[in-house]
Amino acid sequence: MAHTDDATLSDAQILDQLQRRPPVSVTVIRPSRGWVPIDFRELWLYRELLFFLTWRDLKVRYKQTALGALWAILQPVLSMAVFSLFFGRLAKVPSDGIPYPLFALSGLIPWQLFAYALTQSSNSVVANKNLISKVYFPRLIVPLAAVLSGLVDFSIAFVVLLVMFIVYGFVPSPALVMIPLAIILTIVSALAVGLWLSALNVRYRDVQYTIPFLTQFWMLVTPIAYSTSLIPERFRIVYGLNPMAGVVECFRWGLFGQHAGSLSLIGLSSLMVVLAFLGGLAYFRRVEKTFADLA
Amino acid sequence: MSVAIRASGISKRYRLGRREGYGSLRESLTRFFSNPFARSKAEGEEIWALKDVAFEIAERQAVGLIGRNGAGKSTLLKVLSRITEPSSGEVVINGRVGSLLEVGTGFHPELSGRDNIFLNGALLGMKRQEIRRKFDEIVAFAEIEKFLDTSVKFYSSGMYMKLAFAVAAHLEPEILLVDEVLAVGDAAFQKKCLGKMEDVAHSGRTVVFVSHNMGAVNSLCTRAIWVDKGQIREEGPAQQIVAHYLESIREGFVVGNAKPDDKLVFERVLLKNRAGEVTTTFRGDEEILVEIHYTARQKIPHPHFIIAVCGAYGELFTAAMTFDGLTPDAIEGAGVIGCRFKPFLLLPATYTLVIAARAADGVSNLTASKYDAAFFSVVGLMSEYGFDAPGADSQVVNVNAIVVPYEWQMPDGSVRAPRLRSP
Repeated sequence: MAHTDDATLSDAQILDQLQRRPPVSVTVIRPSRGWVPIDFRELWLYRELLFFLTWRDLKVRYKQTALGALWAILQPVLSMAVFSLFFGRLAKVPSDGIPYPLFALSGLIPWQLFAYALTQSSNSVVANKNLISKVYFPRLIVPLAAVLSGLVDFSIAFVVLLVMFIVYGFVPSPALVMIPLAIILTIVSALAVGLWLSALNVRYRDVQYTIPFLTQFWMLVTPIAYSTSLIPERFRIVYGLNPMAGVVECFRWGLFGQHAGSLSLIGLSSLMVVLAFLGGLAYFRRVEKTFADLA
Repeated sequence: MSVAIRASGISKRYRLGRREGYGSLRESLTRFFSNPFARSKAEGEEIWALKDVAFEIAERQAVGLIGRNGAGKSTLLKVLSRITEPSSGEVVINGRVGSLLEVGTGFHPELSGRDNIFLNGALLGMKRQEIRRKFDEIVAFAEIEKFLDTSVKFYSSGMYMKLAFAVAAHLEPEILLVDEVLAVGDAAFQKKCLGKMEDVAHSGRTVVFVSHNMGAVNSLCTRAIWVDKGQIREEGPAQQIVAHYLESIREGFVVGNAKPDDKLVFERVLLKNRAGEVTTTFRGDEEILVEIHYTARQKIPHPHFIIAVCGAYGELFTAAMTFDGLTPDAIEGAGVIGCRFKPFLLLPATYTLVIAARAADGVSNLTASKYDAAFFSVVGLMSEYGFDAPGADSQVVNVNAIVVPYEWQMPDGSVRAPRLRSP
């Protein structure tokens, strides 16, 4: 500012200046090298954008589908019916003393949250390339918003599950506190994979073709139609390397107050989730600078 | 006076070799397994979109960034707005930045006008509170009160643009970065946009404005920075820089750099409109005269000239003497060969020219073929072509294409065709 010495400024002038000029935000742009730390402060500043993008995904989806939110109920309930008939009734898959339909539904609901969140977030960066190449915002918001939009469907389906739970005469046990943990683990697992795949998808469009196969395959190695107790004890550790195995166990534990798998399985799965998530975050941050040029 | 933007040593490198920008996993894997150590070699050719650019922009100054297509203006704007990272160098920005590289970024056709105002506002960096406060003003400016709750897919493209611009116009950052997107459209709309821009520029905010419209640069900006081949060629008072830039345009594109033993040297390429004015901006249905100024270092009988116009994915159309056989008998010394492409419809985008010259046999090169020998932009709105889908203007970005009349044969047997017209 072209001004005379401070001494010649009256208090009123100084006050006037202070009021007129909000604190200046300084941005320094320089090339990043290697691993980039996460800017939590900036993510917080952009929290409204996260909200709007999540809201957009939901609104567009409900607007474009005739049945709207009903899909959130139909998908798990129809799958449950088919599972109950083929696995429960015909193949007589044991379900740890829990009525098979309820058993299957309690696996399907966290699974569908996971599968939806994973698919959406993996495609998110490419799907939002028009935004990424035209506006600046923390790129992490994109897969994050995609994952969060899955929570609404989940909540609707969860109510259905609770109704069935009561119809079958179950009483919630103190283990109920495990459910929020299971939900967080599901979200973090999906985000972990979503971060990796969304970033890879920018460079290799092959990724989007592998996602349907990946989710299908992953579902088979997750205890949804069957119980973890079917897995021989000595293989449980290997089985626990699948993050979703522990998540589904955790979810059932919260609902029914009993867990078929061991606690170490849940522990190992959680550890895997955390590792995959941190790796995904680091990778995403490292390559996000190329998104605008490649996407 | 304090500094709003200080850039020092900004460079931006792009790797060529894959124009589409992404590859398949298989390619990478085969490359890796066939030769795991040849990584840097496989990356392909590099180009510097910006090289060692340094400048300062004072607070409350309106600065125009001018230069030819492909000179690096847009890349510079993208670096300043943090969309892409510089390969080296540093920029320090004092103040809240708002960038407008496109009108209607993030508009979703399924959502209502109301929803899109909030979404677009949030993307441009407005707080929810701020959008709410300005909501009525935005709606009034866009004149869409009645259609506020209608999906924007039912909007006419005019309404769509108005709404998109209304949101952008109510952005109040301390530093505003604007690409020339605002200067498209019909004359009335352009005037409205420029009027609003003028308010912004004169309201004491810092504005960086990229444009090909020299009139707008002159009236909006006090200073101008001329970017040429990724570097700053000249900066200073807007009037003066604009004048120098316009002079250089008249000289055409300088090709030059032939090898010592080349029989022919391409000196310059000029693009002219129907009025014979040298320009790089055309309407979608304008004829384009390409003039190649050459020097034949010896007598060359029956030289074959080839001109090809390319989009991002390769050649779109060509005039090749190797096809038509219409060669001059012989050339020697300095001369000009012109080619007039008759009017036809081109979509709004940027196009590049490849020029080549071959000997009488039509095979051996007289000099190396020049890729990107010249550029030109086609400007206009999709609605002017008769393409009325809302959002068509954002869909057409980077689609370099010739428009050919067509009709859709619908599943129900009906036939539907767009009512194409000349812009």
